[in-house]
Amino acid sequence: MPQWIKIDPVTRIEGHAKITLQLDDNGHVSDARFHVVEFRGFEKFCEGRPFTEMPGITPRVCGICPVSHVLASAKAGDALLAVDIPPAARKLRRLMNLGQILQSHALSFFHLSAPDLLLGWDTPAAQRNVFGLMAADPDLARRGIRLRQFGQEVIEILGGRKIHPAWAVPGGVREPLTEAGRTRIRTAIPEAKATASHALDKFRALLDTFETETQVFGNFPSLFLGLIAPDGSWEHYEGHLRVMDAGGNILADRVDPARYLDIIGEAVETSSYLKSPYYRPMGYPAGLYRVGPLARLNLCRRMGTPLADAELERFKSLGWGAVTSSFLYHYARLIEILACVELIERLLDEPDILSDHLRADAGINQRRGVGASEAPRGTLFHDYEVDRNGLITRVNLIIATGQNNLAMNRTIAQIARHYIQGPTIPEPLLNRVEAGIRAYDPCLSCSTHAAGVPALHIQLLAPDGRVLDERRRE
Amino acid sequence: MAAKVFTIDGQEISATEGQSVLEAAHEAGIRIPTLCHLEGVMDVGACRLCLVEIAGSNKLVPACTTQVADGMVVATTSERLQRYRRLLLELLFAERNHVCAVCVSNGHCELQSLAMHLGMDHVSFPYTFPKLEVDLTHRLFGMDHNRCVLCGRCVRVCWYVEGAATKNFSGRGASSRIISDLNQPWGESRTCTACGKCVHACPTGALFEKGTTVGEMQKDRGKLEYIVTAREKKQWIV
Repeated sequence: MPQWIKIDPVTRIEGHAKITLQLDDNGHVSDARFHVVEFRGFEKFCEGRPFTEMPGITPRVCGICPVSHVLASAKAGDALLAVDIPPAARKLRRLMNLGQILQSHALSFFHLSAPDLLLGWDTPAAQRNVFGLMAADPDLARRGIRLRQFGQEVIEILGGRKIHPAWAVPGGVREPLTEAGRTRIRTAIPEAKATASHALDKFRALLDTFETETQVFGNFPSLFLGLIAPDGSWEHYEGHLRVMDAGGNILADRVDPARYLDIIGEAVETSSYLKSPYYRPMGYPAGLYRVGPLARLNLCRRMGTPLADAELERFKSLGWGAVTSSFLYHYARLIEILACVELIERLLDEPDILSDHLRADAGINQRRGVGASEAPRGTLFHDYEVDRNGLITRVNLIIATGQNNLAMNRTIAQIARHYIQGPTIPEPLLNRVEAGIRAYDPCLSCSTHAAGVPALHIQLLAPDGRVLDERRRE
Repeated sequence: MAAKVFTIDGQEISATEGQSVLEAAHEAGIRIPTLCHLEGVMDVGACRLCLVEIAGSNKLVPACTTQVADGMVVATTSERLQRYRRLLLELLFAERNHVCAVCVSNGHCELQSLAMHLGMDHVSFPYTFPKLEVDLTHRLFGMDHNRCVLCGRCVRVCWYVEGAATKNFSGRGASSRIISDLNQPWGESRTCTACGKCVHACPTGALFEKGTTVGEMQKDRGKLEYIVTAREKKQWIV
């Protein structure tokens, strides 16, 4: 008799979700669904607000990656004003985004995923967390925490606070980088670089032991989407959209992010508050694409910095055309951390980085503005329409995690089919299903613009909806 | 003018005839919380935050519109007064949509700092969540009714300092609104001189300069005092 397994809540992710697994008559997994069970409605309640407030309101969607929203929102504001912001403001925004990507990636790797990767999948759940990591490898845990602190400090030095800095605004940024701030960041760079390299060495050394995980944790052909610099280098704040398939063929290139609707469609499933974006020319669900570190590294030809470029070469050797295993999001994330440190170091040497000419002034010149940037988890779009006075009349937010929705569903189905047999599930196997989700480092508060505590719930359901087995974590 | 001698919180104070209790208290260095009071324009007793107790009367009276009298015994800090002041603030917060975190006046708001100083740590009334509009039709300034406390400071500076008489009240009670001219979009007002006095008189982020973002709207009240002093006393003190 077909049955369902429910995992609720999913732990060590940012937000609130559950997983259901359907079993067929033979006890094999026939389907798996990732449900995001929160809803917040930012797109609705922002209507009627002045567009200048949007970089203050939208970051409140999330405490992990507020900077991504600040930047995308400020960029949408730039588009409404139809201004090119002062060059120093552009560089400072880039600087803050690098700090943001770095700190979020460090959180994902060291705090959330390292317990699985370094302690092992079968470690008892009570120790399989950052505290367990501290006990097992205090040096690595400390270095990881300090690496995240470095990223957070870049944000704080620029924006005055680590979380929700109201610093980037339509037309530029509010405060300059001070000489003292630059010195503080510079002083911390050697340690950050050493930690990033150390973590990469550690992960690379373990990669051979993760052969099954690499094969099973979301290894399937898909499209990849992200921003890319005009010269094909890794990009995180500007550039154009590129779409690539699993064979490394470029399907769409030089797409203006403002025309994202030409290539991205959004499907709605009744089982989740998370929408399912797809690559429009291929339709739903065939147009499944992935965003985030794995996609960005597949799309780019080089990182643009020496250490990260050397690592990118090793990364690219793991796939033909594109690297297709979602397990390697972890690897891609670590390479991006290293690139962020190197790029931060380089930006600090820009001659105008301490400039205080940072804000362009203009009225409403366009009635629609799209701001796109790379958030840690992938491409983020803020799309606003305003009336002639600048009051918001329509908001569309396309969030990175949402774009990975279809891929996450496919990933948990693949993992569940491989590991799970029968109506009861040993806990370590469930953890592997969760880890499949964790590889994407989803941020569910953002993606449903929704609230909640990080938690996991897995359920096993009979075809009539009866709960046969379930595990819940708060 | 005859001098009046009275006590506030046990302290003997002398004031001139016609002075309000609030004025006399402030001159003596005794702070009484206020919201609708603004130096340079007349007091109307709208917000009731400066309520004080006067011995011999069970009624609480606003210090700003009560004149001093000989032998008056005033108390400003009793437990009852503090409770009422917190209650008044809670009602103000419940009446409109005050979202400090994303407000242009965050950190520079009189309502916010009153709530902090008077220990308002929660709102015990259900929020009414009224659906209110933002008026951005003016070339320079915006009006967000969500953040308005109806103190009327904008109306008073517009009438009695600028003399333009653009700002006014419409409606009654909870449906009162600040309006421009005959309830037109502000940008279509034919009387507004765009002087900005109302913006700088406003205690919250209800009136703001367009383009300001979170916490950027700092009001300059000194300008109003400067103008009034110059006009009334012929003293140009910057």
